[in-house]
Amino acid sequence: MADYSDNQSHEEDLEHSTRRSFFKQSTAFGAIALTPAALVRAAEHQWDEKIADVFEKMPLNIEVNGVKHSLKVEPRTTLLDLLREQLDLTGTKKGCDRGQCGACTVHVNGVRINSCLSLAVSNEGKKITTIEGLAVGDNLHPMQDAFIRHDGFQCGYCTSGQIMSAVALVKEGRTHSREQISEFMSGNICRCGAYSNIVKAIEDVKNSGL
Amino acid sequence: MNPFTYVRATETSGAIRALGRDSHFLAGGTNLIDLMKMGIVTPEKLVDITHLPLKHISRTPTGLSIGALCTNSEVADHPLVLKHYPLLSMAFNAGASPQLRNMATVGGNMMQRTRCPYFFDTALPCNKRVPGSGCGALQGYNRMHAIFGASDQCIAVNPSDMSIALTALEATVHIQGARGGRILPFADFHRLPGDTPEKDNVLEPGELITSLTLPLPAFPDHVHYLKIRDRTSYAFALVSVAAALQLDGGNVRAVRLVMGGVAHKPWRLEAAEDFLRGKPATVENFRQAAYLAMQGAKAYAYNQFKLTLAPNAIVQALKTASGVTA
Repeated sequence: MADYSDNQSHEEDLEHSTRRSFFKQSTAFGAIALTPAALVRAAEHQWDEKIADVFEKMPLNIEVNGVKHSLKVEPRTTLLDLLREQLDLTGTKKGCDRGQCGACTVHVNGVRINSCLSLAVSNEGKKITTIEGLAVGDNLHPMQDAFIRHDGFQCGYCTSGQIMSAVALVKEGRTHSREQISEFMSGNICRCGAYSNIVKAIEDVKNSGL
Repeated sequence: MNPFTYVRATETSGAIRALGRDSHFLAGGTNLIDLMKMGIVTPEKLVDITHLPLKHISRTPTGLSIGALCTNSEVADHPLVLKHYPLLSMAFNAGASPQLRNMATVGGNMMQRTRCPYFFDTALPCNKRVPGSGCGALQGYNRMHAIFGASDQCIAVNPSDMSIALTALEATVHIQGARGGRILPFADFHRLPGDTPEKDNVLEPGELITSLTLPLPAFPDHVHYLKIRDRTSYAFALVSVAAALQLDGGNVRAVRLVMGGVAHKPWRLEAAEDFLRGKPATVENFRQAAYLAMQGAKAYAYNQFKLTLAPNAIVQALKTASGVTA
């Protein structure tokens, strides 16, 4: 990497000094749990240079598809970007990136959410399941199998989100009618319009008692 | 998204102390993270409050207490809410998508910003986003906008479905600040735009919503939340109506009517309630109540249709809630 320009270093120092004063305050409050003790100590001793790179990222312990990770993430990183860019789990798709399309749907502690609107750091200690975590070896999850059999997709971009949502839907017991399935799948948009086959796939899984 | 410092709070007083200038509490994030990606909100610090112990739903001698960090779906699906406050469940399930309801909290729902397209586009004027810059909607595309209580500074509407039901149920808001707590009627939490449309509500800087309380159940049946929108599901309201009735034989013993999608805050229809109370529950009386509710309504270039849609929605909500069709 090239050296930082003077200007850049100056800006970074300013930024760190703001953060340093905050960390000092936070030790006085005694209520803030984010900061490893070493960082607080470093801040009190004004060891700016040594801890500069640590300040840029936050520690994050997270379990994804049964694998535990101890990571460092920039606070702005969304759970979606963490999965795709840092953990190479690109099955979860980025559609609108604004919580409107559902392509990024994953399960957090068993509950379906939009990973594009969740900061990675706010998932400390959580268990994440992505589309990659559904199959067991070569055996597809029944919902994956049903989507294939019923042609529940065309281009496939929304499919991993649809399947993650559908798996949660069955678990929630919101499959009493086609209307209820449609209503509770409304957070997943399919621009190809495969909706009727998606509903059939979900009914199939529900009827087989899985 | 602008860079920010992330702080995780473990107790309420610490969270309040950690909040500084240009900082925000982070709960579900469904609105805040979106606004940050758009550059509409650019905090220097986020205080993550999701670890605070504000997640209870419990009976109290005077009703039900709901922690501010309960998610929308936790409240909507809770047996006590389904049985005693079904109007609230209906309103929750009319809002957003299942994924968003699993993330969004009750306190965050109260804090969500307007969906006015001029507020969401940083290239356009908006007094709510940049005070003094003007209102783009006033002379612009104002199809989704207010017909009640607007000002020449702002004609945006509050997008929350939950808040419409909580106003109808006469909920109470519990707020904690650095100098102590206070309790507000839910109806006094949101405000009209006036000359300060940048303020959606009466929360002071550094204050945190900690819980809501609902009074003892008064409307366990004869309720309906009617939401009219551009598609069947997952869209903001053009007009919505929360209707709750107590029927005594064929007469209206008690009634609450609140409209959404029409004002900067949940819009309670007191004149309509006063008219209906004690009268026979008939469609003719529902129509007269709707007529009274619409007095003072003012439409703009593209939302004239709401002047017809809103009274029809009031009548329909009352018909569905009461079961009266003639």
